[in-house]
Amino acid sequence: MNYLDYLIPLLQLLCMNVILAASLNVINGYCGLFSIGHAGFFAIGAYAAAAGSKLLMPEFAAAQPALALIACVMIGAAAAGLAGLVVGIPCLRLTGDYLAIATVGFGEIIRIVLLNTEAVGASRGFPGIVLLTGKWFPLWVLLFTVGSLYFIHRLMRSSTGRAILSIREDEIAARSMGINVRFYKTFAFVVGAFFAGLSGGFFAHHSQFIHPSNFNFMISVMVLLMIVVGGMGSQMGAVLGAIIVTLLPEALRFSETLSSIRMLIFGLIMILVVLWQPQGLMGFYRKLFATRKAEHA
Amino acid sequence: MSALLDIAALTIRFGGLVAVNRVDIKIEKGELVGLIGPNGAGKTTCFNMLTGVYEPTSGTICLEGKNINGLAPHQICSKGVARTFQNIRLFKSMTVLENLLVSLHRERGYSLAEALFGLGRFGKREQEMRTKAMEILRMLGLDHRAHLPASSLPYGEQRKVEIARALATSPKLLLLDEPAAGMNPSETAQLAKDIQKIRKDFDITVLLIEHDMSLVMKICERIYVLDYGQLIAQGKPEEIKRDPRVIEAYLGGGLGGEQHA
Amino acid sequence: MSEFVQYLVNGFAQGSIYALIALGYTMVYGILKLINFAHGEIYMIGGYCGIFLLSTLGLPFWAALMLAMPIVGIFAVLIERFAYRPLRGAPRIAPLITAIGVSIVLLELTRLVAGAQPRPFPQPFEDMSYELGNWIPALDGVIIQRNQIMVFIIAIVLMVLLNAIVMKTKIGRAMRALSMDFDASRLMGVPIDRVIAFTFFIGASLAGAGGMLVGMYYNQVEPYMGQLAGLKAFTAAVLGGIGVIPGAVIGAFILSISEALVVGYSESSYRDAIAFAILIVVLMFRPWGILGRPERVKV
Repeated sequence: MNYLDYLIPLLQLLCMNVILAASLNVINGYCGLFSIGHAGFFAIGAYAAAAGSKLLMPEFAAAQPALALIACVMIGAAAAGLAGLVVGIPCLRLTGDYLAIATVGFGEIIRIVLLNTEAVGASRGFPGIVLLTGKWFPLWVLLFTVGSLYFIHRLMRSSTGRAILSIREDEIAARSMGINVRFYKTFAFVVGAFFAGLSGGFFAHHSQFIHPSNFNFMISVMVLLMIVVGGMGSQMGAVLGAIIVTLLPEALRFSETLSSIRMLIFGLIMILVVLWQPQGLMGFYRKLFATRKAEHA
Repeated sequence: MSALLDIAALTIRFGGLVAVNRVDIKIEKGELVGLIGPNGAGKTTCFNMLTGVYEPTSGTICLEGKNINGLAPHQICSKGVARTFQNIRLFKSMTVLENLLVSLHRERGYSLAEALFGLGRFGKREQEMRTKAMEILRMLGLDHRAHLPASSLPYGEQRKVEIARALATSPKLLLLDEPAAGMNPSETAQLAKDIQKIRKDFDITVLLIEHDMSLVMKICERIYVLDYGQLIAQGKPEEIKRDPRVIEAYLGGGLGGEQHA
Repeated sequence: MSEFVQYLVNGFAQGSIYALIALGYTMVYGILKLINFAHGEIYMIGGYCGIFLLSTLGLPFWAALMLAMPIVGIFAVLIERFAYRPLRGAPRIAPLITAIGVSIVLLELTRLVAGAQPRPFPQPFEDMSYELGNWIPALDGVIIQRNQIMVFIIAIVLMVLLNAIVMKTKIGRAMRALSMDFDASRLMGVPIDRVIAFTFFIGASLAGAGGMLVGMYYNQVEPYMGQLAGLKAFTAAVLGGIGVIPGAVIGAFILSISEALVVGYSESSYRDAIAFAILIVVLMFRPWGILGRPERVKV
């Protein structure tokens, strides 16, 4: 039973990272925006869900843990989506690197505000979040992860998804073909924030204690790393990237030296991927596939 | 009945430079009109104002009698004005078909919820959109390219995809910005036929910017000539050919003796 | 009154340091349109370099400063060579991502070599402070530390030097030409690789000096100090008008004085949020900053 105690929390973490990476991929990969403040939405989801289960409905949570869990993570997602709207409306007038830096700013502001809000424990953190549904929790995480991936996939297969992609491809052309660029940028941003918040909701219940330092700039960078490694603009890439970035530190555990330099390794990976394989793993895969096809033809 | 397009005293200033100065253009429904002029005369700037990319400093742009001045590009598109771009702006990594489907977004006719669950009108409407897009591609002889990434097509075909994508928005007025640029004479001749065919088949009005005089003189019924942001001549092709001001603008000369062909 | 003046004094000392970092951001952005995320780490390394030269080698302060600046400058040149130059034609997002990667690598290397704990910075000057009240009775209670004066003077001297380089030398003229029109400069035979390397060198040298000064001012350096300082200096550069050299200095002083006033008159825990609030307000309403000019997208 011992290895399960290690494995299950790890898989839960993996699922949350998969949702995070897939959600950032909607913004950065599909819509071509460059957001690096994703930790902020993750934080809002976590705090809102935690407040939901501990402050708003502790009795309900005790009586109906499954329903309460769903309600709480949805509160987290909705709160983050709303924050995405509030951040997105002004920020999305900016382009490229200006947008990047503005999202960093918002991410940090969210963290600093949480650090100063007494109602959620300020700098002491937010303890005592009950692990709703107990041993069933991993299944709920898995279900929502699969659900998130499915809905994002469906979204991108629809006309709305094509509108989002067209913005990445050529904003001016998209506009002239009747796409309301401002609206769909905001929409993609809100969708990304929503799913980041969902992930945050699970994270709060998974950790049972959250602190503003769980949501610093490094977290945003790690999520960015996931989609860079996997290949931006590909859902499969986001999943692969999340798996690698989550499991690599575990694989390095056997050696204390390697374990202590894991962030250094991540930094190097980030540089080398962009230099040598800018389309990430999925780009590598496609290239492999394309040359194979060419050989057969 | 008012004209399809009625531009009056259209002016735009960039800082101290008056790029387009009090230009009047009137186009009736069904016409095929050319807009010519030397480089930097302000032709593309006119298109950019017509499609809402730039906001004019003064003047009015009326489509079917309604002022469309100050509307956003996507709103102008939904009023029935579509365009192509001089420096091809396709959605490069999307397929040719998907490029057209983006233009059909406005008439998707299903809700987000239907799309997310794949229910209701989603499947049927998607199918109809695809059929319509394929039909446009077939009319332009591009149907065999439908599933290729737009960037993988040869240059001439990319120009055609630009036209097809503009047509997919169901425009009343089609603005073509140098569609023959970079084409050889036989491709240009084919393009001339295509444009006339499009006008007939889609029952639309065309305003065309072009450098290739042979194309403009051959297919346009009326021509406007811009130079330094001013309208210097308008009329039938034969009149334009003989107009001394036009000849002067194209051959340089003038007071400064500047060359700008 | 004297309270307010005291905050101004603190603000000016901190502002000189922000300005030194902001100059590097603004010069690199002016030429390459790249937010060099690793610039904050360069500044941090400048601080550690100072400790090494002062304590381990026992050099006098001025010699250490003169040495630390070119050392971090060369660092930055190497980073440009291997992490940014190969991506010059790539989408603008690509070097932005490597810049984040470089920043992590530098931060982690420092942490591994020097430890995560703050390191004390040897004090080159005797601790001394002056009471302004002794000379101007209205300013009773205002204290200026000698370190504050040193920080301010050194920063000003360096900025004057920078101005001389940019305005008076041949390479400075090339830098200005590149920032105005990259392609035209290349066609006119400006050796772009060399000019860009030089820009990184100068920008990093100033940040390195900033790192040493901040170590002297706060008596310590730590691996994480570059992150926040970097973002704040970037804010200063945007506020002043990114790409505009005097703008960075103006932006830095506005930012540091606002911070000092907020810390003085209200919650000090919100100090770090000020920069970001200013950043976002500027980006919303005047993204080209105080001295910059708006750009038009060509269709």
